[in-house]
Amino acid sequence: MGGRRGGTRVLLKLAWIELKLFLREPTTLVFTFAFPVVLLFVLGEVFGNQPGGTDERVFAGIGAMNYYVPAYIAVVAMSVGVIMLPARLTGYRAGGVLRRFQASLVPVWAVLGSQVLAALVLSVVGSVLVAAFGAVFYPVHFPDAPAQLAVVFLVTLAAFAGIGTLLGAVMPSTRAAQGAGLMLFFVMLFLGGAGPPTAVMSDTMKRIGDFLPLTYAVDAMQAAWNGTGWDTTALIVLGALALVTGWLSLRVYRWG
Amino acid sequence: MPPVITVEHLRKVYGHHVVAVDDISFAVERGEIFGLLGSNGAGKTTTVECVQGLHTPTAGTVRVLGEDPRAHAGALRGRMGCQLQESRLPDHMRVWEALDLFASLTPGAGDWREQLEQWGLAEKRSASFSSLSGGQRQRLFIALALVSDPEVVFLDEMTTGLDPAARRIAWDLIEEIRDRGTTVVLVTHFMDEAERLCDRVAVVDKGAIIALDSPRGLVVRYDPLEQVVFSAPDQDVEWLMGVPGARSVTRRGPRVVVEGTGPLLAYVGAALVERGLTPDDLRVIEPSLEDVFLKLTGHLVED
Repeated sequence: MGGRRGGTRVLLKLAWIELKLFLREPTTLVFTFAFPVVLLFVLGEVFGNQPGGTDERVFAGIGAMNYYVPAYIAVVAMSVGVIMLPARLTGYRAGGVLRRFQASLVPVWAVLGSQVLAALVLSVVGSVLVAAFGAVFYPVHFPDAPAQLAVVFLVTLAAFAGIGTLLGAVMPSTRAAQGAGLMLFFVMLFLGGAGPPTAVMSDTMKRIGDFLPLTYAVDAMQAAWNGTGWDTTALIVLGALALVTGWLSLRVYRWG
Repeated sequence: MPPVITVEHLRKVYGHHVVAVDDISFAVERGEIFGLLGSNGAGKTTTVECVQGLHTPTAGTVRVLGEDPRAHAGALRGRMGCQLQESRLPDHMRVWEALDLFASLTPGAGDWREQLEQWGLAEKRSASFSSLSGGQRQRLFIALALVSDPEVVFLDEMTTGLDPAARRIAWDLIEEIRDRGTTVVLVTHFMDEAERLCDRVAVVDKGAIIALDSPRGLVVRYDPLEQVVFSAPDQDVEWLMGVPGARSVTRRGPRVVVEGTGPLLAYVGAALVERGLTPDDLRVIEPSLEDVFLKLTGHLVED
């Protein structure tokens, strides 16, 4: 009974509830929406957005905020993916929420999918906030390739959501998941191009950065924003990451 | 009509050597309230959770409405309702949101607002899950189990945490559910609950079913002796042994207890009157499921 169509209805309903639950939790709300804007404010006040000058080498001649705004859109997607998702999923498992769902035969893909859908909506809102902040105060230019930006954004979110659901699936407790998520978040934030730009990084930093998904997300996002063409390597890396982590999470997901 | 549930030689071993369920078989007929009665850790919950498809049995077969609950879970969606012993909802989820969500699992399910009324949750409609009391949570879970109008419903320790008045209301509602044609599987460690509600009871101890019958049938089979009790201080009553059916006569302080079979009360009453004795507290104590349980397992249910 119900079948796929019934399942889709459940998926949408769950996703809608997830969004409402998110709004009722001030901590995650602040972290997801306010934190990137605060960091961006600090960077904007320090570097401004004048192209050329001493910043030419550092920010590829495009102005610091034209560099950082697309980078922080990637950060928003990362924050929703690696911080919110794993904490939510492990919390549900530890508390018996998942058992409750499973006993009523809510399909596993609907549970995971609703989280991802909610993550999509939240990261879009967060990204619009980041972009609007940059546009109003510095002024950051409108993205050069909006359609490309949308594609890059979706692939980026899929990669981080994949990492997040995998963490949520394998981490034994909410605490462990939050710890792992925060560590990933900050390591990537500082070494993935959202802190010091790649141009001023040491070789060691760059080598570490090569292993961080955020590095690729920032590159691809900046390429779309500033119209420097498609960053195919980055998209392939992120796309592959999304597929592998997504497939693994569905495989290893434990309910109880 | 084929049984709603059949369990054959079910065995569940956790890890390598924790045997939770060892070779349990039973069938639940359509429209009955079937009880699994036992103390904590006896294997009741593991058994029903295998039946619900929450665990993979180590051995044996389970069929619910003709389907394998592990392999064909989708076919059972909405036809099976569960109230789990230990589970939660997200803290910030509201009561109505939970009902609405669970109702949406089954297209064409009944109106969840009725469940809200029936289980006394109407004024808690917009309360968040974390703000509910234990009893309110329990009632919400029962409502969620029933919201899809299932053919069979599993209630695991459903009245634990309810106050006595709420328990009675819950019992009435469970009977109402059965009368509507829903099959009920009830897991409980409360003797009075099993005795009052169940059409048939399986007594579970140490992972096995040690007796299975109607509550009355269990009593007749395993503890057929009834007791007639009255007060008669300073009277010699040994002669009551001569009453038909009497097996023993014991004095406990001012009280006399005659144990035996048959219409014992009538014979004892008649004999007393004949001797000019008319105690005003003459009464019969029927053996209860609790006595049977004690006899069968050698221990009482611990809470």
